[in-house]
Amino acid sequence: MNFDFTTTLVGTIFPNPIFTASGCAGSGKELIQFFPLTDLGAVVTKSIMLKPRSGRATPRMAETPSGMLNSIGLQGPGIAAFLQDDIPWLKSKGARIVVSIAGESVADYAELARLISGVSGISAVEVNISCPNVESRGQVFSCNPVTAHAAISAVKKNIDPSLPIIAKLSPDVTDITEIADVVINAGADGLALINTLLGMVIDTNSMKPKLAGKTGGLSGPAIRPVAVRAIYQVKARFPQISILGMGGVTNGREAFEMILAGASAVSVGTANFGNPLATMKIKAELQELLIERGFASVAAAVGYAHREED
Amino acid sequence: MINKYAHAVDAEIISNKRVGAYHHMVFEVGAMAGQVRPGNFVAISVGGETSAMVLRRAFAIHRSMDRGGSGGVVELVVAPHGGGSKWLTSLEVHRKVNIVGPLGTAFGIPTEPVRALLVGGGYGSAPLFGLAEVLKSRGSRVDMVLGASTAGKIYAPLEGKRAVNSLTITTDDGSAGLHGKVSDFLPDLIAASGTEIIYSCGPMGMLAAISKIAGELDLVHQCAVEEAMACGIGVCMTCVLPLRDSNGTIRMQRSCIEGPVVDGSRVIWDSPRAIPEGTWGAQ
Repeated sequence: MNFDFTTTLVGTIFPNPIFTASGCAGSGKELIQFFPLTDLGAVVTKSIMLKPRSGRATPRMAETPSGMLNSIGLQGPGIAAFLQDDIPWLKSKGARIVVSIAGESVADYAELARLISGVSGISAVEVNISCPNVESRGQVFSCNPVTAHAAISAVKKNIDPSLPIIAKLSPDVTDITEIADVVINAGADGLALINTLLGMVIDTNSMKPKLAGKTGGLSGPAIRPVAVRAIYQVKARFPQISILGMGGVTNGREAFEMILAGASAVSVGTANFGNPLATMKIKAELQELLIERGFASVAAAVGYAHREED
Repeated sequence: MINKYAHAVDAEIISNKRVGAYHHMVFEVGAMAGQVRPGNFVAISVGGETSAMVLRRAFAIHRSMDRGGSGGVVELVVAPHGGGSKWLTSLEVHRKVNIVGPLGTAFGIPTEPVRALLVGGGYGSAPLFGLAEVLKSRGSRVDMVLGASTAGKIYAPLEGKRAVNSLTITTDDGSAGLHGKVSDFLPDLIAASGTEIIYSCGPMGMLAAISKIAGELDLVHQCAVEEAMACGIGVCMTCVLPLRDSNGTIRMQRSCIEGPVVDGSRVIWDSPRAIPEGTWGAQ
């Protein structure tokens, strides 16, 4: 049987559906010793902001049952250095690139969209709207329909129309399909589901929050059922929208679960920390499983859990 | 190039012995052993296939032996502190664990013979014995001082003792050697042995105290820092510490990539749970 491992996400064809998750693959330079970046469907870059950022103080990390909390604070070089150094390097290695952008204000998102527009070799832009909005007492953009809409609109209005945009949503909302609805109306071509959940660990020796930033984003297998649920709910309400699924995928079976729920591609995050070759393992296992289940292509399996028959 | 020599192997445990408060463990890693330099570390996945512990554990390499072909080994000194290290130290010989390495920077070895003082805190002494052997083989004088809270937490194997010109032990509770902290005795030890360079590995507080002394005496101080890591390969950005670069800019740098061995004078030591003022990109 001829098996088709390519996938179409936001109108773009990728050779396979396994991507890295934003902030979980460094600049790509850290992983290339372990496998060629061309073997990934795409590299999703760390979320890049307008200016350089030191990130937060340490401790930035706490391991939790089947997961971890992180509070990095979007450490990064800023968009100028990123476009000058990171993007050309990724292009030179033949990687498909999804650039993740993050802003502190609606104007930041607009400016980032303008700066990205002139750059060749980018497959799509993932818009991280799970960032504190400095204009609204630090409330996270994606947790409020008005600010979520404003951020995605700002990107849509300012970006090269040929560049698809993927809105990355937070699961920390009452109804994720409501936020999905507003960002689709604002022009999102696809959705990345899900970002981390906000959590906290208190150190019972110091009797204070363990992380310097007090709260952190929970990731890893602990959140996978939340991600599968979110993908399923959004796919049920918006069958035509492209979904990039993520949240605690560590093996091919779990990637398959996300595809069945409605994801056209799957980003691997925390699993890279436990195993630099996690993406390659997941990709091989997923392909084997799709074939074993009788699918001729990835596309045929996307959203298959929603079928009414049998 | 980042992680230039790193690769992953399923390594068989060929020895696991309790030594005081620690376990001395030997892993058959094959060709990886030949790439190890003193100061490098490995990252090991813990808990088995169905483990709820999703992150690797980082361990400084105690010693490595390249026996050509598949026989190479690395030796680690593991303190069974948390769930991951307890699991690892409980494993029987012949079990396999996944090891990624060698990772991180190594101690710089002077081309000319020097008078070196090696300072270890607790199991932080582990990488210093391999370093001592390399320094001795280059004709250097090697004095060593090891400190810990109590006698059982001093790691000083017999063959390691033979590799040094002098060994001083200090304990906080006076149960072995000199009564006090290593830093209390450093100025005298440095004066007595004519130290030209200090190498250290241990808790951050100890490294900070040594850096202060090294700075006052204008001595080179290479230290292996210890920050909590999630990945060990530079992708998670959790193990950062503030380092001053060559033009004076302070940046939050990964201790797994820029370190673990760094020049002590580059580290901004006095900023627990805060970003030092003036750090590049500070908000």
